[in-house]
Amino acid sequence: MFSNASNFVQGVDTSFAIILGASLFFLVGITGVMVYFVVRYNKNKHPEAQDVHENKKLEITWTVIPTILVLVMFYFGWTGYEPMRKIPEEGIKVKAHAQMWSWQFEYENGKYSDTLVVPKDEAVILDLISRDVVHSLYIPAFRIKEDVVPGVNNKMWFIGQELGKYNIFCAEFCGDLHSKMLSSVHVIAPEEYNVWYNDTTQPEIHPGLVVLKKNACVSCHSLDGTRIVGPSFKGIWGHEVEVITNGEERTVMVDEDYVKRSIYDPNADVVKGFNPGLMIPYQNLVTEEEVNEIIDYLKTLK
Amino acid sequence: MAEALSQPVSFYQAKTGLFSWIFSTDHKRIGLLYFYAIISFFLVAMSLGFLMRLELIAPGETIMDAKTYNQVFTLHGVIMIFLFLIPSVPAFFGNFLLPLMIGTDDVAFPKLNLFSWWLYVLGGIFALLTLVVGNGPADTGWTFYAPYSVKTGTNVTMAVLAAFILGFSSILTGLNFIVTIHRLRAPKMKWFQMPLFAWALYATAWIQLLATPVIGITLLMIIAERVFGVGLFDPALGGDPILYQHLFWIYSHPAVYIMVLPAMGLISEMIPTFAKRTIFGYKAIAYSSLAIAFIGYFVWGHHMFTSGMSGPARVIFSVLTFLVAVPSAIKVFNWVATLYKGSINVKTPLLFSLAFIFQFLLGGLTGLVIGALATDIHLHDTYFVVGHFHYVMFGGAGFAFFGALHYWYGKIWGKMYNESTAQIAFWLMFIGFNVLYFPMLVLGIMGMPRRYYDYLEDFTTLNVVSTVGSWILISGIILMIYNLIVSRKKGEAAPRNPWGSTTLEWQTPSPPPLHNFDATPVVPEGNPYDHKQNKSE
Repeated sequence: MFSNASNFVQGVDTSFAIILGASLFFLVGITGVMVYFVVRYNKNKHPEAQDVHENKKLEITWTVIPTILVLVMFYFGWTGYEPMRKIPEEGIKVKAHAQMWSWQFEYENGKYSDTLVVPKDEAVILDLISRDVVHSLYIPAFRIKEDVVPGVNNKMWFIGQELGKYNIFCAEFCGDLHSKMLSSVHVIAPEEYNVWYNDTTQPEIHPGLVVLKKNACVSCHSLDGTRIVGPSFKGIWGHEVEVITNGEERTVMVDEDYVKRSIYDPNADVVKGFNPGLMIPYQNLVTEEEVNEIIDYLKTLK
Repeated sequence: MAEALSQPVSFYQAKTGLFSWIFSTDHKRIGLLYFYAIISFFLVAMSLGFLMRLELIAPGETIMDAKTYNQVFTLHGVIMIFLFLIPSVPAFFGNFLLPLMIGTDDVAFPKLNLFSWWLYVLGGIFALLTLVVGNGPADTGWTFYAPYSVKTGTNVTMAVLAAFILGFSSILTGLNFIVTIHRLRAPKMKWFQMPLFAWALYATAWIQLLATPVIGITLLMIIAERVFGVGLFDPALGGDPILYQHLFWIYSHPAVYIMVLPAMGLISEMIPTFAKRTIFGYKAIAYSSLAIAFIGYFVWGHHMFTSGMSGPARVIFSVLTFLVAVPSAIKVFNWVATLYKGSINVKTPLLFSLAFIFQFLLGGLTGLVIGALATDIHLHDTYFVVGHFHYVMFGGAGFAFFGALHYWYGKIWGKMYNESTAQIAFWLMFIGFNVLYFPMLVLGIMGMPRRYYDYLEDFTTLNVVSTVGSWILISGIILMIYNLIVSRKKGEAAPRNPWGSTTLEWQTPSPPPLHNFDATPVVPEGNPYDHKQNKSE
């Protein structure tokens, strides 16, 4: 507690200290009184009970004081939270794409990254975009979390105030590999960030794989033959697979048509043994050119 | 009240045979039918919980894969909530005790009561059928959040149908109790002479009746979307996932009070008996039940503080959430004050009641931490929440249920349980429970999200401690059940009023005759917990 990792930590941790402190006081106090009564008025020491029906003053006291106390707690909860909703106009804008089960961060210059890289002491505004189900972007060290809801444009913001690398978790249950939907935020020096941001040279990997990673294809379709929730890409090119088309089983060849159809209309032919419905159509998300790059890459995955 | 020399024929002996049970309209038999079903489901869901803790003893795959784990925690939640917690106290203790406590011979609609039990059984069968029908049990969590619940290939449709049917069972029980309390109280029993358990059931019954239909329609909407492709919640079909969350929590937050209010009623019965004095602040406890039931309708939004709800909505739901804490606090103060100047007899039901107060307090106070906006943003959907609701639901409602099982054991089964074994079982459960769930609160503050099959190395130690706690807790539960089973055969015969209690159910033999009372019960003057009037031991 009380680090300075983001601009919210102090406020949130102050609310924590106040609420947890008051709670601990009541927990210890009430439990202590209860145990004391049980010992003090045990039937061996106190054989004759005395009735006390009610005591108006006492009852009013223990209604009014807790009411005031909870409102005080509410107030500190509110003040610690308010800055989170005051999203500034100016700042580094990043689109956070959440998709089963990976995070992709898209910068203003079109750069994609699977970790969130940000400069120290600058406001970062995240546009939260989900293509499938509800996810939630959670950075415990920064004390922030906001759901990534498909069809809803949620936003969050923060200022990273200490250099370092912090965990990002998905906090809303999103299916099989929910607990593997991890990433991290790297707070680096502004100069270093500028160099990183302007370095748009593509990494030395196959452009088809770049497309597959950018669209989170590989979180469901492995490259090494492992079964996840979708069939693995390894060795499928040019082979026959059994698929279910409109409830009928049939055998198809994995060729250009099949790959394209599987990307644009994924529920048309579903490989036998896998569930339809989990994959979204990529009609508007992956261009024909990119499909060809993917096909080119699949050919290399023997 | 002289003890009758010859016991009249008990309700067990009045009729025999399987059909005399499963088609019985006697509230006591229906209560017991619920009990045996509820406790079986509890043991199933407890075993699932045990497997989950075993999986989480180390990071990575331990005993099952990710999908199985997701199905296991979903089934654990669905069974514990819809088949154990919601029916547990009202359907078992409520059915068995309410007519006895208010001095009548049955509930208002005995046939409807039997029908409710059959609906419960049908719902339970559907829930279990998901294990063998379709693509395996649902893997969505008990919350069935859309659009995942629309997309997943597992058998969500049947699980949701089960919850839908169980909802009707709950609605009808609530209706039955409301009418029973209004119409069938003993002629001399005024509203403020009712036992507090009856008050708690009354407040709960209104929630069952008014809130449950909302979940019913919401669950049907999921089925419409899954089966017919109607776009309600999935944006890909033009729906709104946040609408689902609102509809779900409009029921499911009040449902929390369906689970805990009746349990509070049980505590209000046990504490005066073992303190040998009247309850402190009878009216305050009765009114606070109604206040909780009422305010509880308006706080659902606190489950959605991170969903992107508007700022003002978050603030309003947070204030209301804090206000609902006040009547709960009042009850706790009254129970503790009831111990003051008593003559306290420390028996197993009292131990469970004291553990209830401690654990419910911890559950309630951690509820304040997540009712506050700033802290909830950090803790929402972490293990802190898992720890919090297990403190309220299991440490609270569950412990009250087991305490009450000991308290009314003699009345229900006609034998006394073994006290020393029961106390050993209690201490194992108390220690095990806290070792199991307290580390979860710390894990949550450290930032471990819930519903995580796998976790980072940093979280390992506390997860190991928690798993060890589950072993201690389960040993306690097994010992408790063993003791209760053995006592049924070997226990001493229970007198009418083994604890020197003051409410009407103790005026009749244990177990009661078919029509509940062998002589017209005498309603005590004034407060129902007046030990001065009732000196019989």
